[in-house]
Parts: sequence; structure tokens; C-alpha cells
Amino acid sequence: MATITLEGLSKVYGKGVKAVREIDLDIADGEFVVLVGPSGCGKSTTLRMIAGLEEISGGTLKIGGRVVNMQDPKQRNIAMVFQNYAIYPHMTVRQNIGFGLYTSKLDKAQKNQRIDAAAETLGLTPYLERRPAALSGGQRQRVAIGRAMVRDPVAFLFDEPLSNLDAQLRAQMRIEIKRLHQRLGTTIVYVTHDQVEAMTLADRIVVMRDGDILQVGSPTELYENPVDIFTARFIGSPAMNLLPATRTAGGVTIDGTSVQVALPAGGGDKLLIGVRPHEFVVDPSRAGQPGAFAVEGVVDAVEPLGPETLVHIKVGATEAIATAPGRVVPAVGQTVTAMAQPGSLHLFDAKTEKALPRP
Amino acid sequence: MTTVADPQAAEHRLNRAAIRPGRIITWTLLFIGGVIMVTPLLYMLSTSLKSAGQIYDLQLIPANPTLNNYIAVLSDGRFMRWFFNSTFIAVCSTLSAVFFDSMVGYTLAKFQFRGRFLVFIAILSTLMIPTEMLVIPWYLMSAQLGWINTYWGIMFPGMITAFGVFLMKQFFESVPDDFLEAARIDGLNEFQIWWKVAMPLVTPAISALAIFTFLGNWTAFFWPLIVTNSRELYTLPVGLSSFAVEQSIQWEMIMTGAALATIPTLIVFLVLQRYIVRGVMLAGLKG
Ligand SMILES: Nc1ncnc2c1ncn2[C@@H]1O[C@H](COP(=O)(O)OP(=O)(O)O)[C@@H](O)[C@H]1O
Ligand SMILES: [Mg+2]
Repeated sequence: MATITLEGLSKVYGKGVKAVREIDLDIADGEFVVLVGPSGCGKSTTLRMIAGLEEISGGTLKIGGRVVNMQDPKQRNIAMVFQNYAIYPHMTVRQNIGFGLYTSKLDKAQKNQRIDAAAETLGLTPYLERRPAALSGGQRQRVAIGRAMVRDPVAFLFDEPLSNLDAQLRAQMRIEIKRLHQRLGTTIVYVTHDQVEAMTLADRIVVMRDGDILQVGSPTELYENPVDIFTARFIGSPAMNLLPATRTAGGVTIDGTSVQVALPAGGGDKLLIGVRPHEFVVDPSRAGQPGAFAVEGVVDAVEPLGPETLVHIKVGATEAIATAPGRVVPAVGQTVTAMAQPGSLHLFDAKTEKALPRP
Repeated sequence: MTTVADPQAAEHRLNRAAIRPGRIITWTLLFIGGVIMVTPLLYMLSTSLKSAGQIYDLQLIPANPTLNNYIAVLSDGRFMRWFFNSTFIAVCSTLSAVFFDSMVGYTLAKFQFRGRFLVFIAILSTLMIPTEMLVIPWYLMSAQLGWINTYWGIMFPGMITAFGVFLMKQFFESVPDDFLEAARIDGLNEFQIWWKVAMPLVTPAISALAIFTFLGNWTAFFWPLIVTNSRELYTLPVGLSSFAVEQSIQWEMIMTGAALATIPTLIVFLVLQRYIVRGVMLAGLKG
């Protein structure tokens, strides 16, 4: 087990394509860190530099305190699980898992013992003599994890390991990976573009965009205090609503209508008011609550989910999603008032896209 | 009366649908092609079963079939010797070509290095040069190096082939990099990755290449004829043709030898072709 430290790590491809721009990151021993961001933001490149599959263009990479920039993957003793599983079709499950021990000096009995133990952990014991073609997608991914496990590596790297699975299997494998981490306690760096995976798995999430790290924090921190509108929209589902607002002498207006918002000093005149759908409530029974943030909108569409209903409304030209509790289902075309508690609002400067201190 | 449920009418429609004009043309062409390809083989077999006096009667079914030719050829020490020579040379050349063609093809497909494209084009361009043009330089080279009339002299031009390099490169390009990188992380060196991971993933290509190379070497005539000068080193095609030049042309012996010579090619094909059909590649990926 080991810490992983990135200091000013960068990657430039070929003719000056900057895939990763001088990022700093400290990963603690035994931590589960998830790199998340849209496709093409440099997550895989970062992971592959840690693995040793990609040459490092600048900065230093330390594993367990030692600089490993120039080391081969095998000297780093890390294991990696790929999106496409990369298990070998010409080998049985046992041979595939055992392949992780290809260069190990263990004798045959010890190797088999490790393979059996890994198979046991992953529920693969009945399939040890099968070939990958006779396995389901989830089982194949487990074989890939098994091959990583037997090595007893200092860290596991996962590159979008679940994106080829259907939604149900993905949810199941997510739990299994989390349990595995709790049992083994090995450092894990996990790449995904799926914020739900990031939220559910991570001790710490690293949000990336265009080769930069935008924000690092626990899932709750990112959810509660996004530093800019990118993270605010990226974390949480449905995404946070952003209502354009203007700071006037008397307060704040949205679409010419004044609203109740406590403003911090500083920042420009153009603002974005962020409010999460689950805290943006359409509930006629609570109308007229004093001190609440309230805006009127026209119902565009409704999505009843059972315990609540997602209400798509148009506030001026802006689309927003609010929730209606219980069986309150507003009619399409109706004008409704959506409300939020002052404490649940996020304020952003529309120009810099950075968060303003929360009221 | 015809109803929708009338079975006879349904059958009638079915028959009409089956014999469409397009089908007839296809079958006719295939039939003609088949006849053109099979007839010489049948005549070879037929002639090998005739006695020397009957070979010009051109009957497809021999009047008095006899196995005497086979007994004569098989008990002839020369034939066995040539058979061994051909087998030895074809097997060595095939093993060597498969090994080196795959290695070069893999390198060209999976490694980035300066001049890679140039190397590939240079190798490909040798495909445009016919054997006949190469024979003289080969011969001069062999003469200088003392390779005339040796097994090595017969084999060396086929130890690595441009066609094989091209074929293997194309196949290795379809092997996903993840497979190789996973092995790299597991600590295999580049040779082991090629041999233990990449090669098993392209068995269909290897089998196809092995069949082509074996057949090419087995039937090679021009170069072995030129580079050998003692009977002991003749390959089967060269040896059989020598039946034609001594005394009178012994067609029945040539045809018998040729018939026997097809057996190894059949075996090679039957053994290897099942690997061609089996598409193993994708099973280890995705769901
Ligand atoms: N081998 C490569 N050569 C050139 N550019 C690359 C290469 N691999 C990735 N890139 C570029 O680097 C950027 C980051 O890619 P990647 O790390 O794969 O993103 P992610 O995994 O976050 O989707 C992308 O713009 C991509 O086009
Ligand atoms: Mg990626």
C-alpha cells in the first residue's frame, strides 16, 4: 500500500496537445480517489501516467514517497483494470487471474492458493475453468479485477471499469468495488465520467476539465460547496438550476422581478443563482412563506416519479427543474411558484463563473 | 379454388421463389468454375491409375485401374528423398516465415518509431518484384556464400516474406492496445507480450499465413531448380519434372507423384483451417 503524489504533473501529446496541465494531487495511503470529468478532460491520461503506460512530460510522480517517473509499470507494482476488461479470450478464468502472477516468484501451490482466494472473494469459483466467451459482462469485469488482486499491488487503478455494463449491473458492481476497497484497504484511483459513480464510491473526488483540476473534495463538500458553475452543474442529479439575475440598487432581480436573496459584498452585477432541484419546491400549501426565495414560472413538462414529481418550469427564458412533493402534480401551462430556503442557494458571478461566498 | 391456406399454392409460390433467374446464373457460374478447377485434378488421379500404354486414351475412368504406379513411385528411393526434402524445406520455411513475419508485422502495427511508414512501404514494395527478377541476384549471392546446392540455399529467400509481414500487420492492428497494456502492467517484457498475448489473439491470421507459406514452398519450382544441381537435393516438383526429361516422358509416374504430393497440402489445410474459422478475438472484450 502506498501514497501517490502528483506534483505539477503534465502531459503534452505530439505537436503540443496539452492533455494534462501541471496538476497537483496528494493521494493518501488507502484512499479511494475518483477522477471525474467530461470525456477528453485528461482523466485517462493522468491514470496512465500513474500506471507508467504513458511517458510523463513534466512534473514528478511519487508512489510511496519515491519518484517513479522513469520506472516501468512493473517496477511500480500497481494494478490496472481497463474499461474493456482486457482479459484474454484464449485463456481460462484461472489462467487469466493467474496471469497477474506471471512474473512472480511464488511456487505453483502458492499461486493457486492466491487465485482461489481471489476467485472466492469475487464469486468466480464455479467459473474457474471457463473461458471468457462463456461469461457475462459482469463476470468478465470480475475476472479483470481478480487478475489485479492476486498481485497484491500497492494501488489499484480503474479506468471507467463499469461503462460497458448495463445500469443494473453497474449499480451492483459499484457496491462490490466499494466492499472490495473496504476489505483490502488498498489505495484506489478510479476514473469515470459518471458523477453518480464518483459520488457513491469516492473518499475524495477530483473534478477535472480541459486537463486541469477544478476542485478536490469529499462528495459532500463538492455537493455543498462547488467552487464554480462547472462543478455545480456536474455534481448532483438532476443538475443544479442556474437562474441569471441582476444586482440592482434595491436588491436582486430575476427577469425584472425582484427576489429575496442575501448578497455578499463584492462580485459583478451579473449573477447566477444556483438552486438544486430537490431544494426548489413547488408546493401551493406552503405559499407565501416569509423570507423564502421564490420565483414564478410556467410549467413546461412534468415527470412524476412516485414520491415526488420533477416539474420543468420556464422562468423567463431560463429552463429550470423544481420538485413537487407527494402527489401534487401541477398541470402543464400553469404558472407556479417555486421556493427555496435562503440557506440552500448558491451564488455565482456570471462573468468569472466562480462561486461567491454563500449567504 | 385457391385460398390463402391452400398448401399446394403455398408450395408453388415457394418453388418459384427458390428458382429465381439470379440464382440460376450464380449456380451455373459456380458449376463451370468448379468443373474447370476439378477436371485437371481428376485427370491427374485418373492418369495415375492407368498403365503406361493407356495414358493417351484420355478416358476419365481408367479401363483397367491399377495401383502399380503408386507401388513403383513409393518404392523408388528418389521419390522418398524428394518428398523428405520438400517436407523439410516447407516446414522450416513456414515456421521461420510465420515467426519473423509476425514479429515484424507486430512491430509495425504496435510500436511508434521514426521511419515506421518508410520501412513498411519498403517492405511492401518488394511485393511488386517478381521472383524471376530476383533469381539472378539470389544466385550470385548464393554462389559467393557457398549456398549453391544446399538446403539453406533453397530456403533462404522464403524465410521471411513481405506478404506475410503485410498480412500480420493488418491483423495485429485489430488487436486492442488494452490487451497489451494489461500485460505490460502485469510485468511481461515486450517479447513475452508478443508471444504470450498478441500471437494467440491472431491465430486465424497465423493459420492462413502458414497455409499459404507451406503451399508456396511445397509447390516452388523455379528457384529450387536453379539452386540445386544434385538429385539428392531436388524438391518434389523439381524431381517430378526430371521424370519428364529422362528417356521418354513418364506421364503416369509424374501424375502419381503429383497425386501423392497433394496429400501433405491437404493435411496442412485440414489441420489449420479450423483455426481460421474460429474468431477468438472479441470474446475477451466488452459484454
Ligand atoms: N495518444 C494520444 N495522442 C494525442 N492526443 C491524445 C492521445 N491520447 C489522448 N489524447 C488527447 O488528450 C486529451 C485527454 O484524453 P483522455 O485522457 O483520454 O481523456 P478522458 O479519459 O478524460 O476522456 C484528449 O483531448 C485526447 O484527444
Ligand atoms: Mg478515458
